[in-house]
Amino acid sequence: MIKPLAYNIVSPLGFTATDNYAAVRRGESGVVPCQDPVGIPIAVSRLDRSKLLKAFEKKCKPSQKHTAPEQAMLLSASLAVQEAGIDASSARTGFVLSSTKGNIELLGIPENDFGRERIHLWHNAALLSGFFNNPNIPLTVTNACISGAAAQIAAFNMLEKGLYDHVVVTGVDMASDFIVAGFQSFKSLDPERCRPFDARRKGLNIGEAAATLVFGKADGKGISLIQGNVRNDANHISGPSRTGEGLYRALCHTLQDVPPRDIGFISAHGTATPFNDQMEAIAFARAGLDHTPVFSLKAHFGHTMGAAGILESIISIMALEEGVVLPSMGYKEHGVEGELNVSTVTAHTDKRFMVKTLSGFGGCNAALLYQKHS
Amino acid sequence: MKKITAYCRLTDDLVILNGKPCEISFPSEPGPGRLTDIYRHLEVGYPKFFKMDNLSKAGFLASEMVLRSLQYDMETPDESTSIVFCNRSSSLDTDKRFQETISRDNYFPSPAVFVYTLPNIVTGEVAIRNKIMGETSFFILESFDAEKMIIFTDWAFSSAGICRVLCGWTEYLDGHCNVLVMMVEKESDKGVDFNKQKINNIYRT
Repeated sequence: MIKPLAYNIVSPLGFTATDNYAAVRRGESGVVPCQDPVGIPIAVSRLDRSKLLKAFEKKCKPSQKHTAPEQAMLLSASLAVQEAGIDASSARTGFVLSSTKGNIELLGIPENDFGRERIHLWHNAALLSGFFNNPNIPLTVTNACISGAAAQIAAFNMLEKGLYDHVVVTGVDMASDFIVAGFQSFKSLDPERCRPFDARRKGLNIGEAAATLVFGKADGKGISLIQGNVRNDANHISGPSRTGEGLYRALCHTLQDVPPRDIGFISAHGTATPFNDQMEAIAFARAGLDHTPVFSLKAHFGHTMGAAGILESIISIMALEEGVVLPSMGYKEHGVEGELNVSTVTAHTDKRFMVKTLSGFGGCNAALLYQKHS
Repeated sequence: MKKITAYCRLTDDLVILNGKPCEISFPSEPGPGRLTDIYRHLEVGYPKFFKMDNLSKAGFLASEMVLRSLQYDMETPDESTSIVFCNRSSSLDTDKRFQETISRDNYFPSPAVFVYTLPNIVTGEVAIRNKIMGETSFFILESFDAEKMIIFTDWAFSSAGICRVLCGWTEYLDGHCNVLVMMVEKESDKGVDFNKQKINNIYRT
């Protein structure tokens, strides 16, 4: 078991986890209307570049120029590392980067002055660990939309197998033209704020964020990550399984020792695409979780891709700590077939477990189990 | 003891299966056309292959050869096998292709290209072909690192019920292919020891 020692979120809703959580509790959203590269209306949760740069320069005092995703990544990691009070330069500290597209925006700027290697994800990771003068080779996890969960499972294994004493897991992705155009070509973007699990859901919103979890070994106090598994649908590279096969199997392994009645809530992937949300409902029901409260955070933050698993875990950890089930923003009319207990109000819970799930292209699915110790 | 029970090395001009070079005639010039040459030589008969990007084609073919040599049952759903691949350049080869389709004066982004701008799609392709329902993961490292690949495989084995890991370095960029795929069994008395020296020997051949 491992425990989060500190965490941070850099999103349009704030630059600390506390501010982000408070904004979620107030029902705020970073998703605003805008246009795609050819002028079609979309809605995106976008970081204000000048605010980001200002906060980054103040906190990180950079000696060179950085791209927006690098700024967000370094700002988030610096704030979390400071709060955790760990020695990030120690050989006993490991770094994990979770990102799908990193500096992809540079591909569209052939004459950029960042150099050829800056486009690589390993370079982003090296920048992250290098910023803290850490001597270890950093790891980059890039497993589509489940990257943030896969990165936490990597941290879990690093700590459990004694590779490190502390692991810093940072996720980052931006709403580049590249990603927006791609999802638009799939016709999976909602021009308005997304509505996870709702009858009128039309698709997702892209969101920008960086988020960091600093992990250490669990000590039976506070919150622990006790289990996490990834399973594949073996069905389709861009469409979820009709039986929720991979997610169901990931849940079965993750919930092996915990009955559904002990689970306070599921923080679902809930992208608000018609197929994803339906698939999740099927998988949850198959795993005996059809009465467990479920919410999605996508209407607050958009789909933050490589950051999603980390950002959404942090908000959910804070909800578990406070003992509340969050309402699933954007949900009004039940929009999936079968039983699914979508949360509509802020409710109190005494239960000690929460589940975070994610699913992604390539047929991958992840489930994480968090526990609150009394 | 962990053993490599089969492996395939695939580069621009080399196909080695379990230590033996494969005699494949290449009608195509060096480059992506040769992946299709290998596909035809193997008589795979899997039309989805032609939709794949070059990274997926390369990882798919190497996996196909490894699994064939083990007479792997691709018809039965299998949750005891995981796929853990890594590389240096992520999906940059296809990222460049997709970028060309979104320039202001020539805008025609295609979902069929976009989906391959994620490197883990190759793990999904191999999983679909072989009904593998264990973990699929993709990691990025600056350069080939046998030690790290052993660690990733170790992690995959710590998930319940996993007894085989298809572990690979799958790099494809700008027409150049550099792939090593190995089947690693958790408990086996046959095969090559799964250690740094043996992996490096295989990689360097």
